[in-house]
Amino acid sequence: MITKMNHVSIFVLNQESAYDFYVNRLGFKVHTDASMGPGMRWLTVCPPEQPGLEISLMAINEGMMFKEDAAEQMRALVSKSTFGFGVFECNDLLATYEELKAKGVEFTKKPTKEFYGFEALFKDDSGNWFSLGEKAK
Amino acid sequence: MPQSASTVFPKIYLYRRVVQAKLFIDTHYHQPINLDAIADEAYFSKFHFIRLFKATYGKTPHQYLTAVRINNAQLLLKTGMPVTDVCYAIGFDSVSSFSALFKRITKKSPSSWQQAELKRAAVMKKSPLNFIPNCFAQQNGWTQNRNFQQQEEPVVADL
Repeated sequence: MITKMNHVSIFVLNQESAYDFYVNRLGFKVHTDASMGPGMRWLTVCPPEQPGLEISLMAINEGMMFKEDAAEQMRALVSKSTFGFGVFECNDLLATYEELKAKGVEFTKKPTKEFYGFEALFKDDSGNWFSLGEKAK
Repeated sequence: MPQSASTVFPKIYLYRRVVQAKLFIDTHYHQPINLDAIADEAYFSKFHFIRLFKATYGKTPHQYLTAVRINNAQLLLKTGMPVTDVCYAIGFDSVSSFSALFKRITKKSPSSWQQAELKRAAVMKKSPLNFIPNCFAQQNGWTQNRNFQQQEEPVVADL
Protein backbone atom coordinates (compact mmCIF):
# COMPACT_ATOMS: atom_id res chain seq x y z
CA MET A 1 0.00 0.00 0.00
CA ILE A 2 1.43 3.37 -1.02
CA THR A 3 1.17 5.72 1.93
CA LYS A 4 2.50 9.09 0.75
CA MET A 5 4.50 11.04 -1.80
CA ASN A 6 7.89 12.34 -0.66
CA HIS A 7 9.46 13.68 -3.88
CA VAL A 8 8.01 15.56 -6.82
CA SER A 9 9.84 17.33 -9.67
CA ILE A 10 9.27 20.75 -11.12
CA PHE A 11 11.22 21.50 -14.30
CA VAL A 12 12.82 24.94 -14.25
CA LEU A 13 14.76 27.02 -16.74
CA ASN A 14 17.39 28.20 -14.25
CA GLN A 15 18.05 26.64 -10.84
CA GLU A 16 19.65 29.74 -9.31
CA SER A 17 16.69 31.89 -10.27
CA ALA A 18 14.29 29.13 -9.12
CA TYR A 19 16.11 29.02 -5.76
CA ASP A 20 15.47 32.74 -5.33
CA PHE A 21 11.82 32.38 -6.34
CA TYR A 22 10.92 29.38 -4.17
CA VAL A 23 13.03 30.30 -1.13
CA ASN A 24 13.08 34.10 -1.00
CA ARG A 25 9.66 34.82 -2.49
CA LEU A 26 7.48 31.82 -1.66
CA GLY A 27 9.25 31.21 1.66
CA PHE A 28 10.04 27.52 1.08
CA LYS A 29 12.90 25.86 2.95
CA VAL A 30 15.91 24.29 1.29
CA HIS A 31 16.00 20.58 2.08
CA THR A 32 18.95 19.38 -0.03
CA ASP A 33 21.40 21.32 -2.14
CA ALA A 34 24.04 18.94 -3.43
CA SER A 35 26.50 19.68 -6.19
CA MET A 36 27.25 16.77 -8.50
CA GLY A 37 29.82 18.69 -10.53
CA PRO A 38 29.73 21.69 -12.87
CA GLY A 39 26.18 22.41 -14.01
CA MET A 40 24.82 19.43 -12.07
CA ARG A 41 22.95 20.26 -8.91
CA TRP A 42 20.33 18.39 -6.90
CA LEU A 43 18.19 21.07 -5.29
CA THR A 44 15.05 20.32 -3.31
CA VAL A 45 12.80 22.65 -1.32
CA CYS A 46 9.85 22.06 0.98
CA PRO A 47 6.79 24.13 1.84
CA PRO A 48 7.38 25.43 5.41
CA GLU A 49 4.78 23.18 7.02
CA GLN A 50 5.40 20.11 4.86
CA PRO A 51 9.02 19.02 5.45
CA GLY A 52 8.27 15.51 4.21
CA LEU A 53 7.57 16.57 0.63
CA GLU A 54 10.73 17.48 -1.27
CA ILE A 55 10.11 19.47 -4.41
CA SER A 56 13.02 18.89 -6.74
CA LEU A 57 13.80 21.95 -8.87
CA MET A 58 15.10 20.12 -11.92
CA ALA A 59 17.14 22.05 -14.46
CA ILE A 60 16.13 21.34 -18.05
CA ASN A 61 19.60 20.72 -19.38
CA GLU A 62 20.83 18.44 -22.11
CA GLY A 63 22.17 15.29 -20.51
CA MET A 64 20.08 15.80 -17.37
CA MET A 65 17.25 13.36 -18.19
CA PHE A 66 16.87 15.10 -21.57
CA LYS A 67 18.42 14.63 -24.99
CA GLU A 68 19.29 17.84 -26.85
CA ASP A 69 16.06 18.15 -28.85
CA ALA A 70 13.89 17.12 -25.90
CA ALA A 71 15.55 19.71 -23.65
CA GLU A 72 14.93 22.42 -26.22
CA GLN A 73 11.28 21.42 -26.62
CA MET A 74 10.79 21.21 -22.85
CA ARG A 75 12.29 24.64 -22.27
CA ALA A 76 9.99 26.13 -24.89
CA LEU A 77 6.93 24.44 -23.38
CA VAL A 78 7.77 25.49 -19.81
CA SER A 79 8.42 29.10 -20.79
CA LYS A 80 5.03 29.16 -22.58
CA SER A 81 3.33 28.20 -19.29
CA THR A 82 2.19 24.86 -20.64
CA PHE A 83 2.42 23.04 -17.32
CA GLY A 84 0.42 23.38 -14.14
CA PHE A 85 2.28 21.43 -11.49
CA GLY A 86 -0.06 21.45 -8.54
CA VAL A 87 -2.12 23.15 -5.90
CA PHE A 88 -0.55 24.91 -2.92
CA GLU A 89 -2.48 25.68 0.23
CA CYS A 90 -2.34 28.64 2.61
CA ASN A 91 -4.23 29.64 5.74
CA ASP A 92 -5.38 32.99 4.38
CA LEU A 93 -5.54 33.51 0.63
CA LEU A 94 -6.03 37.26 0.61
CA ALA A 95 -3.09 37.88 2.92
CA THR A 96 -0.87 35.45 1.02
CA TYR A 97 -1.88 37.00 -2.29
CA GLU A 98 -1.03 40.50 -1.03
CA GLU A 99 2.31 39.33 0.36
CA LEU A 100 3.41 37.42 -2.73
CA LYS A 101 2.28 40.24 -5.00
CA ALA A 102 4.40 42.64 -2.90
CA LYS A 103 7.33 40.27 -3.45
CA GLY A 104 6.87 40.41 -7.22
CA VAL A 105 5.10 37.10 -7.81
CA GLU A 106 3.01 37.20 -10.99
CA PHE A 107 -0.61 36.18 -10.55
CA THR A 108 -2.66 35.16 -13.56
CA LYS A 109 -5.87 34.99 -11.53
CA LYS A 110 -6.77 37.13 -8.52
CA PRO A 111 -8.31 35.46 -5.45
CA THR A 112 -11.71 34.35 -6.66
CA LYS A 113 -14.62 32.52 -5.05
CA GLU A 114 -15.33 29.58 -7.32
CA PHE A 115 -17.94 26.87 -6.79
CA TYR A 116 -15.14 24.49 -5.80
CA GLY A 117 -13.34 26.87 -3.46
CA PHE A 118 -11.39 30.09 -3.04
CA GLU A 119 -8.37 30.19 -5.33
CA ALA A 120 -5.80 32.28 -7.17
CA LEU A 121 -3.30 31.27 -9.85
CA PHE A 122 0.34 32.29 -10.02
CA LYS A 123 3.40 31.49 -12.11
CA ASP A 124 6.93 30.72 -11.02
CA ASP A 125 9.97 32.42 -12.58
CA SER A 126 10.16 29.75 -15.31
CA GLY A 127 6.50 29.90 -16.35
CA ASN A 128 5.12 26.90 -14.43
CA TRP A 129 1.75 27.76 -12.96
CA PHE A 130 0.12 26.75 -9.69
CA SER A 131 -3.22 27.09 -8.02
CA LEU A 132 -3.17 28.62 -4.55
CA GLY A 133 -6.11 27.69 -2.37
CA GLU A 134 -7.20 28.52 1.14
CA LYS A 135 -7.36 25.84 3.81
CA ALA A 136 -10.96 25.10 4.75
CA LYS A 137 -11.83 26.91 8.00
CA MET B 1 -19.82 33.95 -12.85
CA PRO B 2 -16.94 34.27 -10.36
CA GLN B 3 -16.72 37.49 -8.36
CA SER B 4 -13.46 39.36 -7.88
CA ALA B 5 -11.94 39.70 -4.42
CA SER B 6 -12.45 43.46 -4.27
CA THR B 7 -16.24 43.12 -4.53
CA VAL B 8 -16.50 40.12 -2.21
CA PHE B 9 -13.99 41.55 0.30
CA PRO B 10 -14.39 45.34 0.45
CA LYS B 11 -12.11 45.53 3.51
CA ILE B 12 -9.09 44.25 1.64
CA TYR B 13 -7.16 47.36 2.73
CA LEU B 14 -7.08 45.81 6.23
CA TYR B 15 -5.21 42.82 4.81
CA ARG B 16 -2.74 45.10 3.10
CA ARG B 17 -1.89 46.78 6.42
CA VAL B 18 -1.48 43.47 8.24
CA VAL B 19 0.65 42.10 5.40
CA GLN B 20 2.82 45.24 5.44
CA ALA B 21 3.34 44.78 9.19
CA LYS B 22 4.35 41.14 8.59
CA LEU B 23 6.78 42.14 5.85
CA PHE B 24 8.22 44.80 8.18
CA ILE B 25 8.92 42.11 10.77
CA ASP B 26 10.42 39.86 8.06
CA THR B 27 12.95 42.52 7.08
CA HIS B 28 13.63 44.24 10.45
CA TYR B 29 13.64 41.21 12.79
CA HIS B 30 17.28 41.88 13.74
CA GLN B 31 16.49 45.35 15.05
CA PRO B 32 14.69 46.28 18.24
CA ILE B 33 11.06 46.14 17.09
CA ASN B 34 8.39 48.02 18.94
CA LEU B 35 5.12 46.27 18.19
CA ASP B 36 3.17 49.30 19.42
CA ALA B 37 4.91 51.36 16.73
CA ILE B 38 3.99 48.79 14.08
CA ALA B 39 0.35 48.94 15.19
CA ASP B 40 0.48 52.74 15.02
CA GLU B 41 2.07 52.61 11.59
CA ALA B 42 -0.72 50.33 10.40
CA TYR B 43 -3.35 52.72 11.85
CA PHE B 44 -4.65 50.10 14.25
CA SER B 45 -5.13 50.11 17.98
CA LYS B 46 -2.68 47.66 19.53
CA PHE B 47 -5.37 45.13 20.46
CA HIS B 48 -7.14 45.35 17.10
CA PHE B 49 -3.78 44.87 15.37
CA ILE B 50 -2.88 41.81 17.46
CA ARG B 51 -6.31 40.27 16.84
CA LEU B 52 -6.13 40.80 13.07
CA PHE B 53 -2.53 39.59 12.87
CA LYS B 54 -3.32 36.41 14.80
CA ALA B 55 -6.45 35.75 12.71
CA THR B 56 -4.32 36.04 9.57
CA TYR B 57 -1.12 34.24 10.56
CA GLY B 58 -2.15 32.07 13.49
CA LYS B 59 0.43 33.78 15.74
CA THR B 60 0.54 37.06 17.64
CA PRO B 61 3.01 39.59 16.20
CA HIS B 62 5.38 38.83 19.08
CA GLN B 63 5.16 35.06 18.52
CA TYR B 64 5.72 35.63 14.81
CA LEU B 65 8.76 37.85 15.44
CA THR B 66 10.23 35.11 17.65
CA ALA B 67 9.64 32.50 14.93
CA VAL B 68 11.30 34.70 12.30
CA ARG B 69 14.30 35.28 14.57
CA ILE B 70 14.73 31.56 15.26
CA ASN B 71 14.37 30.70 11.54
CA ASN B 72 17.06 33.22 10.69
CA ALA B 73 19.23 31.97 13.54
CA GLN B 74 19.07 28.51 11.95
CA LEU B 75 20.16 29.92 8.59
CA LEU B 76 23.14 31.68 10.21
CA LEU B 77 24.08 28.65 12.31
CA LYS B 78 24.19 26.60 9.09
CA THR B 79 26.92 28.94 7.81
CA GLY B 80 29.09 28.06 10.82
CA MET B 81 28.73 31.45 12.54
CA PRO B 82 29.49 31.25 16.29
CA VAL B 83 26.38 31.00 18.50
CA THR B 84 27.12 34.29 20.29
CA ASP B 85 27.40 36.17 17.00
CA VAL B 86 24.17 34.59 15.77
CA CYS B 87 22.41 35.66 18.96
CA TYR B 88 23.27 39.33 18.45
CA ALA B 89 22.78 39.19 14.66
CA ILE B 90 19.13 38.20 15.02
CA GLY B 91 18.28 40.88 17.58
CA PHE B 92 18.73 39.14 20.95
CA ASP B 93 20.64 40.86 23.77
CA SER B 94 21.27 37.80 25.90
CA VAL B 95 22.89 34.54 24.78
CA SER B 96 21.27 32.58 27.62
CA SER B 97 17.75 33.76 26.72
CA PHE B 98 18.43 33.06 23.04
CA SER B 99 19.73 29.56 23.80
CA ALA B 100 16.80 28.76 26.07
CA LEU B 101 14.26 29.95 23.51
CA PHE B 102 16.03 28.13 20.67
CA LYS B 103 16.00 24.90 22.67
CA ARG B 104 12.34 25.30 23.61
CA ILE B 105 11.39 25.62 19.93
CA THR B 106 13.79 23.20 18.22
CA LYS B 107 14.38 20.76 21.11
CA LYS B 108 18.15 21.20 20.66
CA SER B 109 20.64 23.76 21.91
CA PRO B 110 21.98 26.14 19.22
CA SER B 111 25.42 24.51 19.35
CA SER B 112 24.21 20.92 19.06
CA TRP B 113 21.75 21.94 16.30
CA GLN B 114 24.63 23.64 14.49
CA GLN B 115 26.95 20.64 14.85
CA ALA B 116 24.30 18.32 13.41
CA GLU B 117 23.67 20.62 10.45
CA LEU B 118 27.38 21.12 9.70
CA LYS B 119 27.90 17.38 9.86
CA ARG B 120 24.98 16.83 7.44
CA ALA B 121 26.43 19.45 5.05
CA ALA B 122 29.85 17.75 5.14
CA VAL B 123 28.31 14.34 4.37
CA MET B 124 26.25 15.94 1.58
CA LYS B 125 29.41 17.34 0.05
CA LYS B 126 31.34 14.09 0.32
CA SER B 127 28.57 11.64 -0.58
CA PRO B 128 25.80 13.60 -2.33
CA LEU B 129 24.30 10.42 -3.79
CA ASN B 130 23.11 9.52 -0.30
CA PHE B 131 20.68 12.44 -0.53
CA ILE B 132 19.32 11.77 -4.02
CA PRO B 133 16.74 9.11 -4.91
CA ASN B 134 18.62 6.61 -7.04
CA CYS B 135 16.17 6.78 -9.93
CA PHE B 136 16.97 10.47 -10.46
CA ALA B 137 20.70 9.95 -10.02
CA GLN B 138 20.68 7.15 -12.60
CA GLN B 139 18.62 9.13 -15.09
CA ASN B 140 21.14 11.95 -14.87
CA GLY B 141 24.13 9.64 -15.14
CA TRP B 142 25.40 10.69 -11.71
CA THR B 143 25.84 7.14 -10.45
CA GLN B 144 28.59 6.67 -13.06
CA ASN B 145 30.66 9.45 -11.49
CA ARG B 146 32.98 7.44 -9.28
CA ASN B 147 34.00 10.52 -7.32
CA PHE B 148 30.61 10.29 -5.62
CA GLN B 149 30.39 6.91 -3.96
CA GLN B 150 27.27 5.75 -2.26
CA GLN B 151 28.06 4.48 1.21
CA GLU B 152 26.51 1.14 0.39
CA GLU B 153 25.97 -0.65 -2.89
CA PRO B 154 22.29 -1.23 -3.78
CA VAL B 155 20.92 -4.70 -3.09
CA VAL B 156 18.19 -5.96 -5.43
CA ALA B 157 15.44 -8.09 -3.90
CA ASP B 158 15.57 -11.69 -5.16
CA LEU B 159 11.89 -12.09 -6.14
